Amino acid sequence: MMMTILFIVIGVVLLLAALLAVHMKSLLGAIIAVGVVSLFVSILFLILGAPDVAMTEAAIGAGLSTVIFLFALSRTAGRDSDDD
Amino acid sequence: MIKRVLILAVLVFFLILFLSRVAGIDTPAQLTGVGAGYVDRSVGELNSPNVVTAVVVTYRGIDTLGEVSVLFLAAAAISLLLGSTGKKNGKGGAKEKRSASEILTTGADILVPVIMLFGVYIFLNGHLSPGGGFQGGAVVASAVLLLFLAYPGFRLRHGILAALESLSGTAYVVIAVLGLILASGFLDSRLLPLGETGRIISAGTIPLVYTLIGLKVGTELAGIIDSLGGDR
Amino acid sequence: MTSLAMITGGLLMAVGFWGILTRRNLIRMILSLAITETGLHLVMIAAGYVRHGTAPIIDEAAVAGQTVDPVPQALVLTAIVIGVAVNALLLALIIRLYRKKGTLDVESFGELRW
Repeated sequence: MMMTILFIVIGVVLLLAALLAVHMKSLLGAIIAVGVVSLFVSILFLILGAPDVAMTEAAIGAGLSTVIFLFALSRTAGRDSDDD
Repeated sequence: MIKRVLILAVLVFFLILFLSRVAGIDTPAQLTGVGAGYVDRSVGELNSPNVVTAVVVTYRGIDTLGEVSVLFLAAAAISLLLGSTGKKNGKGGAKEKRSASEILTTGADILVPVIMLFGVYIFLNGHLSPGGGFQGGAVVASAVLLLFLAYPGFRLRHGILAALESLSGTAYVVIAVLGLILASGFLDSRLLPLGETGRIISAGTIPLVYTLIGLKVGTELAGIIDSLGGDR
Repeated sequence: MTSLAMITGGLLMAVGFWGILTRRNLIRMILSLAITETGLHLVMIAAGYVRHGTAPIIDEAAVAGQTVDPVPQALVLTAIVIGVAVNALLLALIIRLYRKKGTLDVESFGELRW
């Protein structure tokens, strides 16, 4: 029961962070929001009995992937064209 | 605007399709099928307590070989796309690089060896505890990333990196082919003696193969970081 | 638990597809692709869950038949690494496009449209 409540709370945080990543004005904030999604998904993997996958997601999804996006942002001057 | 409504309608349609398929599933009480077979055999056949490692390295090893080559192709394509043209626009690279703060450089000096050691620990213990070549390689690459952040002028020695990367890739294929000749199949890990369950040197070639994968993934991810982050 | 995880993963995938289809900034489209991948991984891991299942690591504490399925975990393990490599490749292409045109708006790359 405890686990189910934790699961639902993390799931709501995940969906909020994902919506924020898609609709946030600042591109930097969106990248950080995707990092948050990866980090919380790795907790869900741990609850579902997959420690190997949780480690990979935390190291690669939340760590390296975020940094790669930040590098790409810094090399494209970070101009956001989402104005429609 | 009409386009958005259309997209939303299609997405909602597929979501309802998916949810109606999924909502009624109740969690199975017992593991069955091919997964149960792997769990039953992993310790007896390969002496590897971590079943995921046994599946990744041995039972579905050819999948992993293909995956490592896809990773290699992606890293090569990235350095091809970003590596050569950067030299022309020296104007962009000419802006003075701010050196990192004292706290960051001192912290990096202390932490980089420890992070490297932790990465090696993760991929050496892949058959005993959660972890393995992919996670360990990512940790090693993050140590390289910390060096980049602490020393903006830091450059990787590409010769050593390329040699290490291609050497570990070749050794991986050689071990796979040796398994075909000396043991019962391609990538069979029973090439070396299986040893005693729970030791680091046990489970045949699994620790060796995972070390090679760790080195390969680590150097490739470090190369990706170098070519994306290096502002040349 | 399985259906809960699958619903969460499906909603994440829907949000990601919404981002891919409606946003116009190229980097944000790749971010949405990353969200879609994450949702798919969650669905795949949930497909291998067993009630009160433990991690698939065999020791004295593990009960036979009560470990979760290792096969989806192995698949997702490789899929995560492939995913980040593919994202990095797409970002490299985007950096090249930006050098050529000086913009990230997907509407301005219309050479192949007819």
